[in-house]
Amino acid sequence: MRAQPTLSVSEWKFQRSTTTKVAFFSRNFWDDRKCFPGPENDARQRKLKDRTSKAERRALQESQRAAKEAARASGNQTFFMPGMWEAGTNPYGSNEKKGVDKKPVDKSGEKDKKKEVVVPEKDKRKDAPAPRLQFDDEQKVAKARRRAIVEQTTETKHRVELFRHLPQFVPPTQLQALEEKYLQNDTMHIHPAVGLKYLTWDIVGGNARCVAMLEAFKEMIRDYTTPPQKVMSRDLTAKINSHVSFLSTCRPLSISMGNAIRSFKLKIGKLRDTLTEAEAKSSLVSHLETFAQEKIILADKEIVKHAVTKIIDGDVVLTHGFSCVVEMVLSHAHSIGKKFRVVVVDSRPRLEGRILLRSLLAQGLKCTYTHINAVTYIMQEVTKVFLGAASILANGTVYSRVGTAAAAMVAHGYRVPVMICCETYKFHERVQLDSICSNELGDPDALVGVAGRKEFRELVGWDESEHLRLLNLTYDATPADYVSMIITEHGMVPPTSVPVILREYRKEPIL
Amino acid sequence: MPDLQAAVDDFVIKLKRRQVEGSLATAKSTVLLLRQVVSHQRIPSSGPASSLIDAVKSVGSRLIAANPMELAVGNMVRRVLHIIREEEATIVAAQVGVTPVSDSDDDADVHGVPGLSAVALAAANRTALRAPSLHNLLESLPTSAGANVEPVPESDTKSRCKSSDKNSKSWKLKHGVIDAIGLLLGEIENYHSEISEQALEHIHQKQVILTLGRSRSLLHFFREAKKKRSFQVFVAEGAPRYQGHKFAKELAAMELQTTVITDSAVFALISRVNMVIVGAHAVMANGGIVAPVGMHMVALAARRHAVPFVVLTGLHKLCPLYPHNPSVVLNELKSPSQVLDFGEMSDCLDGTDGSPVHVVNPMFDYVPPELISLFITDSGGHNPSYVYRLVAEIYSPEDH
Repeated sequence: MRAQPTLSVSEWKFQRSTTTKVAFFSRNFWDDRKCFPGPENDARQRKLKDRTSKAERRALQESQRAAKEAARASGNQTFFMPGMWEAGTNPYGSNEKKGVDKKPVDKSGEKDKKKEVVVPEKDKRKDAPAPRLQFDDEQKVAKARRRAIVEQTTETKHRVELFRHLPQFVPPTQLQALEEKYLQNDTMHIHPAVGLKYLTWDIVGGNARCVAMLEAFKEMIRDYTTPPQKVMSRDLTAKINSHVSFLSTCRPLSISMGNAIRSFKLKIGKLRDTLTEAEAKSSLVSHLETFAQEKIILADKEIVKHAVTKIIDGDVVLTHGFSCVVEMVLSHAHSIGKKFRVVVVDSRPRLEGRILLRSLLAQGLKCTYTHINAVTYIMQEVTKVFLGAASILANGTVYSRVGTAAAAMVAHGYRVPVMICCETYKFHERVQLDSICSNELGDPDALVGVAGRKEFRELVGWDESEHLRLLNLTYDATPADYVSMIITEHGMVPPTSVPVILREYRKEPIL
Repeated sequence: MPDLQAAVDDFVIKLKRRQVEGSLATAKSTVLLLRQVVSHQRIPSSGPASSLIDAVKSVGSRLIAANPMELAVGNMVRRVLHIIREEEATIVAAQVGVTPVSDSDDDADVHGVPGLSAVALAAANRTALRAPSLHNLLESLPTSAGANVEPVPESDTKSRCKSSDKNSKSWKLKHGVIDAIGLLLGEIENYHSEISEQALEHIHQKQVILTLGRSRSLLHFFREAKKKRSFQVFVAEGAPRYQGHKFAKELAAMELQTTVITDSAVFALISRVNMVIVGAHAVMANGGIVAPVGMHMVALAARRHAVPFVVLTGLHKLCPLYPHNPSVVLNELKSPSQVLDFGEMSDCLDGTDGSPVHVVNPMFDYVPPELISLFITDSGGHNPSYVYRLVAEIYSPEDH
């Protein structure tokens, strides 16, 4: 049994809990095209063609087809076919990808031709993010569930119909089940307790979760040894996939995490074969470290430097919820002696504003605290609004904690400038117009009681009523016209510049 | 008399201590109290109306001062005053032999000329009694200004014609006023049913409705609509009172598909909502409303997504005042402990030089009339721009 590695991130402030539990993984294959769209899939496909000869591939396909027929004949579909565990193979081909023509895997002769035809198309569409798994498509959900590590008890009884396409909330009671399931098998690699911390919402916030995940990956790389007769890059990618699938089962990945994983896999894919294992490992570890340093820590320093120039004496700054970047901006502005007041607007059920309030009060800032309903009342005194973001999408929409859109809307109505502080690694090519097509559903039971006020027990036993549902959204989409300015490490840009930054600064050769 | 005093004091204390809250309850109690005041009042033969008016005014000003945010109290006082003035005008008109016309308010403010003949007075009264409508404007008035009964030394005009039936007149006035107050009471108690009758006109099949907090009239409205239509409701909880929870429970008990959401999620969901229907605490004379906190944000979101914002209100909530600086004047700040518990932040405050955290907890929100699409009242549906006419119908300008 390996000792549980500790997470050490030095200059990072984020929420942590003191209890940790150990998590284990099984090696499982997760079709990462669903979760991690991007050009590296195409790269991998092409590598497969290079490495195995045509005859070998044909043999593989024949055996798979035979197995499939046998399974179908026996009346129960299995997905375990010979050759499935070969690193890098994807026996389901491009069937899983929605919107692309379904190419049957067992037509061996035509497959190569079709692949060649299809590849240039894919090149064109490389920049468009692949569609995500939609949870109201029953076949795909059933397939995904069969391959999932953790059993998803989707309680369809209390589902809000409008959000059927999103994964329903997984309660942390799974913790027990997870531990029991994976303590048995000792060929599993121990992954740090990051996943379970996400599950219990101990680590919250785009930057925090990403950094914790990168630290976990670093540990994993350090402990990794290539199994014999396996290519390191492919085996490692498979391992990463399995770990990531575990994380996303605990809690759907944030966009910051998704971007980090993409860049990491790209790096793995680019590893030269001539490197020894030790060299490869160290290069990967250094990539992870550079990513965290450059894209997150140093970027935040730059953002703080830019944002602080926008705060003047006598300002009343409003913020919503808790964003670590905004907190750094306010602390720094206060430390260099600017005289201003802060209004912290909070919203249920997470009440994250209280954490920010504590931290600002401890530094001696003058604070006003209120709830989201009173934002129209308080906005008359406010001169500037600083907000954080989970991500900024290609059409300028700010994807952030629920309630941010309301604050931005009211600020816009009162002609108060709204400034979003966001690192560029969180930008995404996806576009979104409303908060419903893509979101994260939180725990509905969190709405039942009110923190600190025991007299509100109206909703206890809400699940007994068939007609009552509780909806706990995590994110919302703020339209770009409410945003005056986005402060990134590359400078202060209007929301219309986001696709430009995506194009210019996020081309693959960066890392 | 002493029981009346005691009753008045009792009610004033209840208002001050917020033991009686909510427009319906306060309106009813006010009207009942004022009816008592009127019935106990000894009417002198000369100037019966003015004595009644003074009595009601003195009691009313005490009630209004007890809880200035409870606008329904002031509304009812003004309604009763208007009733008294109306009754007076009707009786005077009847006395002079002119058939009493349907009431309206005495809108003229000019002092009557002493020594005016009774006939001319009555004629002026008649024109004043009618609503200022188009055909009135085209008629020529007997005097350049309508006559107002009040400031005229009544002994002069009335002594000539009414000496014989002085007592019966005051008795008639009192009786008329008490009858009218009874009608008013009935109107207040039944406004729910009047509003609910209009429910089917506004809710269609499979509609998605959003509301915030809890409103009794809305409950009846939905109940009526549920009989014939199926629709679903999103209820925003309405911090910090969380009335939305109770409301959602009631709606679910009616077998209506309800979903409880947090107030922060209103903007996220409102694009999928067909209509926002809410109740109000009070309606101001310009068409704006005073509503539970958070309503302004909902109204802004509704306008952004072009979702109609409908307000259900009874006429007893209609206030003849204009909102100047409503966030300060028409608002009350409640205890901060509802938002942030006492002592919760105390660990961060030790060691600093006492910069306490300032917690803001307003109770009401003012929604300007531009954001409101429709008022549904017991007298039908109205635009916010029509509210001033409703005010003119049920109140007298002297009492504003």
